[in-house]
Amino acid sequence: MGRYVIRRLLQMVPVFIGSTFLIFFMVYALGDPVAALFGDKAPDPATAARIRRELYLDEPLWKQYGHYMGQILSGDFGTAFNGQKVTELMADAFPVTLRLTLVAILFEIVIGITLGVLSGLRRGRSVDTSVLLLTLIVVSIPTFVSGYVLQYLFGVKWGIVSPSVSPEAPFDELLLPGIVLALTSLAYVTRLSRTSIAENSRADYVRTAVAKGLPRRRVVTRHLLRNSLIPVVTFIGTDVGALMGGAIVTERIFNIHGVGFQLYQGILRQNSPTVVGFVTILVIVFLLANLFVDLLYAVLDPRIRYA
Amino acid sequence: MTELTKSDQGPDAATAQSAVANNTAEPAPARITQWGEIRHRFMANRLAVVGLVLVALLFAIAAAAPLIATHDPYAQDLTNTLADPSGDHWFGTDALGRDQFSRIIYGSRIAVVVGLASIFLACLIGCVLGALSGYFGKAIDSAIMRVADIFFAFPLLIGAIVIILVMGRGVLPVIISLGVFSWATVARLLRSSILSVREMDYVTAARALGAGTSRIILRHIMPNSIAAVMSYVSFSVGTAVVAEASLSFLGIGVSPEVPEWGNMISSARDFLGVKDFLWAYPSAAIVLTVLGFVFVGDGLRDALDPKLR
Repeated sequence: MGRYVIRRLLQMVPVFIGSTFLIFFMVYALGDPVAALFGDKAPDPATAARIRRELYLDEPLWKQYGHYMGQILSGDFGTAFNGQKVTELMADAFPVTLRLTLVAILFEIVIGITLGVLSGLRRGRSVDTSVLLLTLIVVSIPTFVSGYVLQYLFGVKWGIVSPSVSPEAPFDELLLPGIVLALTSLAYVTRLSRTSIAENSRADYVRTAVAKGLPRRRVVTRHLLRNSLIPVVTFIGTDVGALMGGAIVTERIFNIHGVGFQLYQGILRQNSPTVVGFVTILVIVFLLANLFVDLLYAVLDPRIRYA
Repeated sequence: MTELTKSDQGPDAATAQSAVANNTAEPAPARITQWGEIRHRFMANRLAVVGLVLVALLFAIAAAAPLIATHDPYAQDLTNTLADPSGDHWFGTDALGRDQFSRIIYGSRIAVVVGLASIFLACLIGCVLGALSGYFGKAIDSAIMRVADIFFAFPLLIGAIVIILVMGRGVLPVIISLGVFSWATVARLLRSSILSVREMDYVTAARALGAGTSRIILRHIMPNSIAAVMSYVSFSVGTAVVAEASLSFLGIGVSPEVPEWGNMISSARDFLGVKDFLWAYPSAAIVLTVLGFVFVGDGLRDALDPKLR
């Protein structure tokens, strides 16, 4: 197990370097950050040159990249062009998006797995077919459409929740954005747990459990669920990374000042340190979530052994 | 192990598999082929047929847009803005007095072009790299898979936004950015499918007969591995349509004056609850389009692998 972890960590290194270099390359290919800094005014050549030197913009790209990664590894993500430290922006944005992601994951687990188990146990019946149809419909509705509709209905028309989220973004205000963010993944969780339950319910160990006279409830919770939820857990684990980076649309609809909001602003304003810094953290989160899921696999299913 | 899976799938699958074996060895026999079987299962699935009809309808509308549209989708009429749906303007007019119905009809063109072209690009990259990876294995495999990991680790929208800002707004940048960030899944799917097909007896037989590498990949391995990719492709055309509309919604897709569904919904924001027809019709257009591709993808998956049902 220890050797497996080390091998996986080593495998992550080239992926980490590759993806951070990719974003670094793309962002710096975007245009002249110094010109962006000055907006419409033409920069004074001497000042521009000084800023260039300070930001290492006059060196070749790979050197800039090496320098930047060196800084990041020592915890310095640089300064956004408005003078704010990128780490400060992160300290504001990440907790908000993390809370949003948690709410979304909670909905996926509670609603997704419940629906999946219910339909999986009634394979081919009307409950099953309607749940399956529902998941396909949910997948087909873009986030911004469901976001608008739910925001309008719950926030404006019925006034149950506040239509936009305050800067502190407490959990109760994130319930509605959370379900909007979760919807697509929720459909996948439902389908995944349904398939898994349906497959496993025909397994020999379930037949044995039924044959030895265990009550149906116990068979389902103790035998069936434990084994069927393994693929679901892995999906939810990898979804953490995707949700955190994919919340751009949701955060924009509900005016949440999280990671997606900062990234979007950073990209539009060509604020390279912000964009590269945030994406670097997102990539790390994604890679660690994947590693965690792989290790969790071994815990949940003792048959899996890593050499 | 092969024996086991065969008996698992039941007699139908066994005949279908032997039909394939015959297929590769000699001209198709008169009895049921695997593809005939798949088509039969697909057409028996009501949802899949509904999906097929929706997709066909979308293609027809996109092709015949100038004939269907009642107005010029770009023509502004500032004396008749935000008009409710009427006999002249079936879906009403927007804030600039443009005919909503005509804009939705023309919007189907962007959806079709971007959806198909971006996934075609993703398949092109993904199939070539996935095939190389799965067939050769070892160093080539791990190199390609690490590159796939890199693209996998990127959130789709963020990568797409950055590419669009580099290339400028427009249809082509949207296609390229969505394609470039979607190929990794295709490559992975195809690779794992090839890994299982590669060890089949008919591949060994072909090699023993002296077939070259490219012939083995193109004639023997690909046709039997591509099934795993097919239903994913249909799903992801739907996903690409959503992603494309999301980019427009964020204000970085195709230019705002172009009739496109995401643009229309985005500009309807200020009239939420007041002029609901402004977002309701384009939303319905997107949902029906995606639903079509998703139903087809779902039907394909069930038809290709009835065991999953």
